[in-house]
Amino acid sequence: MSERGAKIREISERLLKEGKIDMVIGFRKGTLPMMNEPCLVKSPEDVKNLVWDSNCGINLAKYLIGRKEKIGVVAKGCDSRNIVTHLIENKIKRDQLFIIGVPCEGMIDRRKIASMFEKEIKEVAEEKNKIIVRGSGFEKILEKSEVLQKNCAICIHRNPVIYDELAADIVKEQKNVDRYKDVRQIESMPPEEKRDYFNDLLSPCIRCYACRNACPLCYCPTCFVDESRPQWVGKGIDLTDIKTFHFLRAYHCAGRCTDCGACERACPLGIDVRAFTMKLEKDCFELYGWEAGMSKDERPPLDTYRPDDPNDFFK
Amino acid sequence: MKVIKINKENWAGGLEKSKGSYRLFGPVKNNELHEFKQLDKEELPDCDYFNTRLSPKSIIYPQSETMFEFSLDENREDHHILKEIDTDYSPRAIIGIRPCDAAAFLLVKRNFSTPEYKDSYWLNAYETTTFIGLACGNPHDTCFCTTTGCGPFNEEGLDLLLVDAGDCYFAKTITSKGENFLRAAGWDAGTDVETVCEQIKTMKQEAEAKITSFVATDKLKDKKTTDLFDAPFWEETAFACINCGACTYACPTCWCFDIQDEVSGYSGIRIRNWDSCMYPLFTLHGSGHNPRSTNMQRVRQRFMHKLKYYPDRYGEGILCVGCGRCIRLCSVNIDIRRVCDLMNSYEVQVTSD
Ligand code: SF4
Ligand code: SF4
Ligand code: SF4
Repeated sequence: MSERGAKIREISERLLKEGKIDMVIGFRKGTLPMMNEPCLVKSPEDVKNLVWDSNCGINLAKYLIGRKEKIGVVAKGCDSRNIVTHLIENKIKRDQLFIIGVPCEGMIDRRKIASMFEKEIKEVAEEKNKIIVRGSGFEKILEKSEVLQKNCAICIHRNPVIYDELAADIVKEQKNVDRYKDVRQIESMPPEEKRDYFNDLLSPCIRCYACRNACPLCYCPTCFVDESRPQWVGKGIDLTDIKTFHFLRAYHCAGRCTDCGACERACPLGIDVRAFTMKLEKDCFELYGWEAGMSKDERPPLDTYRPDDPNDFFK
Repeated sequence: MKVIKINKENWAGGLEKSKGSYRLFGPVKNNELHEFKQLDKEELPDCDYFNTRLSPKSIIYPQSETMFEFSLDENREDHHILKEIDTDYSPRAIIGIRPCDAAAFLLVKRNFSTPEYKDSYWLNAYETTTFIGLACGNPHDTCFCTTTGCGPFNEEGLDLLLVDAGDCYFAKTITSKGENFLRAAGWDAGTDVETVCEQIKTMKQEAEAKITSFVATDKLKDKKTTDLFDAPFWEETAFACINCGACTYACPTCWCFDIQDEVSGYSGIRIRNWDSCMYPLFTLHGSGHNPRSTNMQRVRQRFMHKLKYYPDRYGEGILCVGCGRCIRLCSVNIDIRRVCDLMNSYEVQVTSD
C-alpha cells in the first residue's frame, strides 16, 4: 500500500470525522490493471477504499464543477492548477474545498505499456521507480521514467500549487525539460504536410467526446458541437466536422489548459489530442509568459488587455 | 452440418477466389489497433488477433448512413422530395468475426425487425452478409461471454465457424449461406468428421475454461423494475462517469441513432448517425425539458436497458454478449460486470416503522 495512499486515507478520515467536509473525491482501485476509478467517499468507514498510485491520471477537478457541498479533493499538480482555473472561472468556491495535495511523480501510460507486450497483461505493480508487469507466463520490470504518460514526462509542476494539506513531501521538479519539441515539429511542416498530419491524426476519431468530457475545462451547459440553432457543426463522421470540433475545442482551452493529459488518456482510440492544446499552450507561454492555473489572483491572458500586447492588431 | 478442413496454404487463394462473388471484410491492424475493413485485392485478414477495438457493428449499421437525398433548387421539378439512395447490397462476407460479435447482431435484430416495423437499411445489409466466425482460443480477462448466453465457440448468428488448428482451419458449416461461401472459395477438402468434431469439442472446452470472468443475471428477472430504478447504488455507480459515448459506440449491441439533414449548397442528404444514451442531448425535448437531465439518470438508463428492460421485454436474456469492450475502453473504469452484480444481488431494505 502506497505511503501517499495511507496519508490520503488518514487525512480524509480525520476531516470526515470532524465534520469539516461532506465528502472526499479521490480514487478507488480499478477492476483492470492500470486503472483506477474516481470515487466519492462520504463516510469514515469507506475511507479505506481510497488509493494512490501511478494510475490516477484522470483529472479530479472535473468532478468539482457546480457542486454545492464541502469537499475534500485529492489533487496532484495538474489537478490543483485546474482547481485554480475553476476558482478564477467561478466554478467552485475556495471555502468549499479542502485540497489534499499530492506531490506527484507522474502517471504511467497504460496504452504504451500494453503495446509493449504481445500477451494480455494481468497485473501491474509498482515499487519506487519500477513498474512490474505480469501476465500468464511472463514478468517484466520496467523503469517508470520510460513509461510515463507523455504529458507527465514533460511536466514541470508536479507539486500542487494550492493545497490545505499535503499527502507527501514536496518532490523535485523536473528541470531543463523541452516542453514544445513535438509542437515545433508540426509547426515546421509546410501547410499540405500539416493538413495531412492532422487528417491522419483525426481519421480514427469516432466523436465519442471522451476527450472533451474528461477535460475539467469543458463544462459549457451546451457545447458548440451540440447546438442545433444554429448548428455550427455537422453531426456525422465527416472529417471536416471532426476537425472543426477538435480545433475549436482546443481554442476554447487556450490559456486554460494545464496539460493534465486527461483528454488523451480518455480517448478510446488513443488519439494524440494534446497536439492541439499544446500548440496553444506554447503560444500563451511565448507571447504572454503565461502558464495556466498558477495563481488565482491573476487574470488569464485571453480575458485581459495589456497595452504591450505582442499582436499588432491590438494597438 | 458439414465439417471440412482448410489447409492454411489454400487460405489466401480461397479468399481471393471468393472475392469474385463477395465483398470481403476482415480484421486488419492499423496503428496498433485491429479494426474491420473491406479487404482490397490480395489483402488478407489478420486472423491472429484478440478482438477489434470497436465492434464490427458498423459493417451492418454504419456510424453515419445516408438514407435519402434531396434538392432545394426550386428550378428542379423534384425539389424538396426525399429520394432513396442507391446502396450496394451485393453479397458480402465478414471473415474472422468473433462469435460474441456475431451473436450481438441477433440481439439487435429484435429491435430492427419487429412484426410491425422492418428497418430496411439494417435488414438489407444484414441479410446480404455471410458471417464467417473465428472461434476464440484465447479469451481475455474482460471476456464474460459464457455467462451472457454466448461463448468462445458459440455458433448462433454465424453461417460458418472456423477453428484454428495450427496448420489448418476446421470449418463447420452452420447454414446454407456458409455452404455457399465454401463453394465460392473452392474449399471442399473432406475430413473425418467424427474425429474433428471431437477435437473441436475439446478445444471448445479448453477455451471456455480460460474464461475467468462471469456475471450473475439469474435474479434480474424477478426484481421489480421500480425497485432497481430507485436503488441507492446508482449515485455511487454513476459518479465517475463522464458521459462520453465510448461504451455505447464500441458496443456491438447498442443500436440508438439520430436522424439529421445536411445541406451543401442546394443539395442535401438525410443521414442517420449513431447516438448514445450517455449524451444529455439524447432525450432533450423541443420544449427544453430533459427527462434524463442528470449524469446518474443516463448511466442508470444504460444499465437498466441492457440488464432489465431488454430481458423483460423479449425474455431472451440480457442485451450484452460479454465482449468486454465497454470495460476496456471506459476511461474511468465503469465496469458492467460490477453493475450487473449490484443489480442482480440487490434486495430492498425493508424499514420497520
Ligand atoms: S485540454 Fe486536455 S490536457 Fe488540457 S486541461 Fe483539458 S483534459 Fe487537461
Ligand atoms: S475521445 Fe478520441 S475518439 Fe472520442 S471524440 Fe475525442 S478524439 Fe475522438
Ligand atoms: S455492454 Fe459491454 S460487454 Fe456487453 S456487449 Fe456491449 S460492449 Fe460488450
